[in-house]
Amino acid sequence: MDNTFKLQVICPDRVFYEGEASMLELNTIEGEVGIYKHHVPMTMIIAPGAMTITEGDGTKKDAAVHSGFIEVLGEKVTVLAEVAEWPGEIDVERAERAKERAEKRLEEKPTGTDIARAQTALQRAIARIYVVK
Amino acid sequence: MASMRDIKRRKVSIQSTQQITKAMKLVSTVRLQRAKAKAERSRAYFKCMQKTVASMLSRTGNVNHPYLSSKGDGRKAVVVISSNRGLAGGFNSNVVRLMIKNDQTADWDPASVDIYAIGNKAKDGLARAGFGIADSDPDAIDEPVYDDAKRISDKLLEKFRAGEISEIYVAYTEFKNTVTHIPTLIRVLPVELPEDEADGAGVSAPMNFEPAEDESLDLIVPKYVASMIYGALMQSIASENGARMQAMDSATSNAEDMIQSLALQYNRARQSSITQELTEIIAGAEAIS
Repeated sequence: MDNTFKLQVICPDRVFYEGEASMLELNTIEGEVGIYKHHVPMTMIIAPGAMTITEGDGTKKDAAVHSGFIEVLGEKVTVLAEVAEWPGEIDVERAERAKERAEKRLEEKPTGTDIARAQTALQRAIARIYVVK
Repeated sequence: MASMRDIKRRKVSIQSTQQITKAMKLVSTVRLQRAKAKAERSRAYFKCMQKTVASMLSRTGNVNHPYLSSKGDGRKAVVVISSNRGLAGGFNSNVVRLMIKNDQTADWDPASVDIYAIGNKAKDGLARAGFGIADSDPDAIDEPVYDDAKRISDKLLEKFRAGEISEIYVAYTEFKNTVTHIPTLIRVLPVELPEDEADGAGVSAPMNFEPAEDESLDLIVPKYVASMIYGALMQSIASENGARMQAMDSATSNAEDMIQSLALQYNRARQSSITQELTEIIAGAEAIS
């Protein structure tokens, strides 16, 4: 395939994905990005969200990634994610509960709440739910 | 010659010790399989992180980032990973020896080194050698998860930013294969650039950062440190179980040798006591007739 690049998604406890992809979409802290072959070399920080891998033959694979960074080098893209999950590994009920909890916390703001933490928790939960659906 | 009863007692005691070492060997074999698989899976992340960060930094040119240059008064923090339990051959003492006697640490003054011990054996050994134990985390070595490594690295980075420590090292045991484990000391911060990349040779394109370099490095370096510690933990656990398996295997076969030689001694003692009894009976019978 001419338009594919080598993609590696690595987690601390496993190699999450390795293969040829034609496009990679994910969420960075600066916004959503899509990466094709010959992207300029770039390092980006991942924000909790859905990652979509489009393989050489057009099949799309969704996964949820939370925190980590991505290194783009023309022909090779490396995603170093602290946590990555396939839809089948996500516990939706737990994610729903976490979402409610985080929303409640952000709304009521009880004293001593770590707002930034509640926000990332909410983002994570939303990403998980989005990927499954 | 020891009496028959003594030999027998000794043999029985060695046999029960052998049973224990045999059981321990089996347990560590099982644990080794698990730890080995985990270490191999994490090795990809560990190596990739090391490579990525090094290549990233070599592409950034001169970044004057607080994480990349030493400041403070030259205090060193060393995360030393050992186990909580002994009976693992030279596993623990090798890590301790690495800190005390090695070319890399030859000019280190124990007074200017803070030890962050993971596992009780390193803590005890290094405290005896005169190192200051800044912190000890004996629980992190049992079934460590990524969060343990993150917690330790957050603690270290806070001190690093505050200028309390200016270098961070990790001492661990690299798991080469089941029988080869190499005690290793690596510098995590400031990042050590590989020789061939540091001079910028072979670098084709400059690296872009999004967000800006400083901000990206602020976020990436903590992940880098945490992953180094996590990787080192995984390697050390695999090595620990490998070392224990080997130690227990040789203990079992040593016990086997001892049992054999004791069995021989026992049989000789029995034979000689029978001979002696016969001689006495015959001598007694001759005296009467």
